[in-house]
Amino acid sequence: MERNQLHRQVANMRKSLFDQGFLDEQFIQLEELQDDANPNFVEEVVTLYYRDSTRLILNIEQALEKSPLDFTKLDSLMHQFKGSSSSIGAKKVKLECTQFKEYCKAANGEGCKRTFQQVKKEYGTLKKKIEVYFQVDGRRWLGGVAISGGIALRQWRRINIRRDGTGKGASSRSGVDWTGGIEVVRI
Amino acid sequence: MARRVSCGSEELHVLAVDDSNVDRKVIERLLRISSCKVTAVDSGSRALQYLGLDGEKNSVGFDGLKVNLIMTDYSMPGMTGYELLKKIKQKSSALREIPVVIMSSEKILARIDRCLEEGAEEFLMKPVKLSDVKRLKSFILRGEGDEHGEKQTQKRKLEDDPLSASSPLSSSASSLSGNLSPSPPPSPSSTLQPLSKRTRL
Repeated sequence: MERNQLHRQVANMRKSLFDQGFLDEQFIQLEELQDDANPNFVEEVVTLYYRDSTRLILNIEQALEKSPLDFTKLDSLMHQFKGSSSSIGAKKVKLECTQFKEYCKAANGEGCKRTFQQVKKEYGTLKKKIEVYFQVDGRRWLGGVAISGGIALRQWRRINIRRDGTGKGASSRSGVDWTGGIEVVRI
Repeated sequence: MARRVSCGSEELHVLAVDDSNVDRKVIERLLRISSCKVTAVDSGSRALQYLGLDGEKNSVGFDGLKVNLIMTDYSMPGMTGYELLKKIKQKSSALREIPVVIMSSEKILARIDRCLEEGAEEFLMKPVKLSDVKRLKSFILRGEGDEHGEKQTQKRKLEDDPLSASSPLSSSASSLSGNLSPSPPPSPSSTLQPLSKRTRL
């Protein structure tokens, strides 16, 4: 893939994440905290968010299975999840969290359960989209070596690249070329 | 209250308290990028431990690094930010003077009021922005003075409030809490400035 094409692709993906309401201003705030010394800051935060959220979501799920429902506990758990979702700019997720909390306040169990499905759906959708975005924007990966094409990155990892410049052997199977230090993997 | 940082150094040491891993990472970055030294802990009790306020006989300060500002989340399991604030403001005189800022994702007036009355310097809405940190930093570094008071007036969101026109020293926290109804409603901004910062002298 051409470098310019890649940049355009990244920019388009990013724009669509905002246009479609998946991300809000806060994500931009995080991007502004990124610099050459901390080039992966946003990705690190988002990764941390997904790691922590797994536990929170499980806790909420378990709490929703209890009978009778403890709405105070549910609200408290969701408050934590909403907080971190808000901190990464996860707009749609945050909206569903707010709705969930409203149902907690109204002690509406069915509403909570229904909304939680929405929370998980939005959470999952964002996760997929943002993973692809980080991959395609992954030119910071692998210690500064620019990689074109996020999906190709995975293939690269399986390939044993010979650094003798010939690019033969494994490279001919997968179509790896060396172009002056930048590795271009054709998918 | 604000204090001039001694020895002329412009580097603040901030103690950040938040139980959320994500929020701690973000606040840490916000502070570092603003050239502050940061110590981040995940609970009020750990914060007290760090400050040497946990009851342990500890005449020497916290690992040698003086804390210039404490930023704490409000909603935390165990000890809330409010409870932490109370403990800091009541104990040994040295630590009582450290400005404490409360952070919260919920804009509950009674909560904000309570915190300011207990001596919080400011109440920040989460997610905290870089501009919030920058403003905080310059406020802490500048120390007290008319110039600062004026700046606060400019930045204050409750512009119509009669208290903002006069010297902040004359107002008191109790009037803030007692007169919430006559005061104009706060504008929908992301941070709320306390009407008076000097009440906890």
